[in-house]
Amino acid sequence: MSRLTDANVAIANEIVARYPRPKSALIPLLHISQEQNGWVTDDAMKHIAELVGVTPAEVLGTASFYEMFKFEPVGKYVINICGTMSCALMGAEELLHHAEHRLGIKVGGTTPDGLFTIEHAECQAACTEAPCLQVNYRYRFRMTPSQLDALIDDLAAGNLAEEIPPHGTLARVRQHIPADRAVGAAPPETPGQEPVWMNGKAAL
Amino acid sequence: MDERKGCVVSGTYTHAPGFYAGDRPRIVTSRFEYADSHTIERYLATDGYKGLRASLARPAADVHEEVKNATVLGRGGAGFPAGTKWGLMPAGSFPRYLVVNGDESEPGTYKDRLLMERDPHQLIEGCLIACYAAGLTRCFLYIRGEMVTAQERVAAALNEAYAAGYVGRNILGSSFSVDIVLHWGAGAYVVGEETALIESLEGNRGMPRLKPPYFPAAIGLYGQPTIVNNVETLANLPWLARNGAEAYTAIGTQTSPGTRMVAVSGHVKRPGVYEIVNGTTTFRDLLYGDEFCQGIRNGNKLKAFVPGGGSAPWFLPDQLDLPFEASQVGPAGSMLGSGAIMVMDETTDIPHAALTLTRFYAHESCGKCTPCREGGTWLERILTRIVEGDGTDADLEQLVEVGKSICPGDFPHAASERLGLAAVPFPYKMTTICFVGPSAYAPVNSALTLFPEEFAARVTRRNRIPVTAVAGE
Repeated sequence: MSRLTDANVAIANEIVARYPRPKSALIPLLHISQEQNGWVTDDAMKHIAELVGVTPAEVLGTASFYEMFKFEPVGKYVINICGTMSCALMGAEELLHHAEHRLGIKVGGTTPDGLFTIEHAECQAACTEAPCLQVNYRYRFRMTPSQLDALIDDLAAGNLAEEIPPHGTLARVRQHIPADRAVGAAPPETPGQEPVWMNGKAAL
Repeated sequence: MDERKGCVVSGTYTHAPGFYAGDRPRIVTSRFEYADSHTIERYLATDGYKGLRASLARPAADVHEEVKNATVLGRGGAGFPAGTKWGLMPAGSFPRYLVVNGDESEPGTYKDRLLMERDPHQLIEGCLIACYAAGLTRCFLYIRGEMVTAQERVAAALNEAYAAGYVGRNILGSSFSVDIVLHWGAGAYVVGEETALIESLEGNRGMPRLKPPYFPAAIGLYGQPTIVNNVETLANLPWLARNGAEAYTAIGTQTSPGTRMVAVSGHVKRPGVYEIVNGTTTFRDLLYGDEFCQGIRNGNKLKAFVPGGGSAPWFLPDQLDLPFEASQVGPAGSMLGSGAIMVMDETTDIPHAALTLTRFYAHESCGKCTPCREGGTWLERILTRIVEGDGTDADLEQLVEVGKSICPGDFPHAASERLGLAAVPFPYKMTTICFVGPSAYAPVNSALTLFPEEFAARVTRRNRIPVTAVAGE
């Protein structure tokens, strides 16, 4: 029962149409399935395979390469604590240990109530604001153990529900290409012509 | 809420923080102080899309020539000039694609996310100018999966730009038409390598392709000519199109014109992202200058710094006076890479610091090349053992041996007056397709070569346990 919903199929079809070859849409579609279920289920991968025209094994083959895709349930809030150099120099390991003690789980684990998962993440491109972490890919900068405690309390109490949706939801703004403005994706096999504006004259 | 200058708040989300403007020329960060810098209204009110309009009023080949004349160096790491890269596409082969590399994930690097979150229209305009100049008919803007706000800002900006006629069919009523498609990844450092980025965009595992061809310009996305450009590189184009190559090259040096976004992190008083004048600004300016990082925290002494992202061999205080100029940093034994400086003060445990980088590259190896897949993991395990106090002196030799299987010959390192060491210049030889493998060894080699005493102190056990017979004769 975790095939994509009709509404998500409509979004998926719109995305697939943007690429010259449908398989290019695999990663965006896997994200949509993860947004729907919180993780990537076997049924979702089968459904995506149908939508894209590849085998379910090919979908798994691609999906399993990427760290953001989870193939079993994870916490509602996945806390990624960065441990690469800039953050490590500023106390990331202490922060990680604090998180483990506070939640009573090891890195990679999920609390029994299904609310929190902790992960050791690699560089998150916020190096000047170390140590940093992401909750469901929403940033928190220059974290101290007491700030982490407060964050966990707020998440558990639902105070941040508006800013931080459950795991799986990425951008809440989607691209929409209006039909009357779209150029369209021609398959690369179609012998291409030189674009009209490359005629040595100004386009405007 | 962050009160520092340049940090603004919109809604519940703080703009990507950490940027300091200063009194310097600004090519790509000119709108960063506005709270609404990401909207089309602000963009249009601040010269937005004027560079596109100016470009469309000229033949495409002229615009390409202008970019070539400006020597816009690639800001992703390799530093290859964008105009020259565009010229590598075979004539008469269409369609051609533009792939924008927004997969910023090199340790210490923090600039493309700022550019995408704070000024997405500038990036879109840069993409349009590149597509027009090089005859590219479709643009894929690949943003790192973990960067949710950047994805939202760019999606919103694209929706605005389509509605206003800046993207899509017959842009501004001209003969120029191009779609820009937002694509997002799912967590894999190696995808920042351009052929791996293309594989990922084709819906595959993000593994680099065999080389040659060395550039995807000939055979890239879907087997077609493809240009892969970094976000910051493209963000330079609107300013260049408005002001011309002469104004662009008037900033910086002849070989490194314009400005660069540089992130300085670690043990400095004011870690931050700065747009600096290329080629002339020195590391000393950056680390100690009042308008930059203002010195090492707590008045401590500088021990070492990484000058160009986690992949770069380390520098010592000996190298502080080098400018941000590839032709000087290379012979000194390192690279400028992606504009990321990580600073270590005297309190830093060097073997442990090296481990935090080697662990990263071992973790991010895609597994395609054996020296990296196996070697990276070996380096990580041995180094972990040493850091935890279980290392032997044989481990130190083993680190070097594994390193040589990834990078045969002398590995680049900085000169050290203290140790009487001369520099080994960049680059290195490598047995892998891409730079992930060598990058796993770079911190190990730097740490071992420049701070041998820290390893000697750490390795408390001598040799392996001697082989003894279980029973006598």
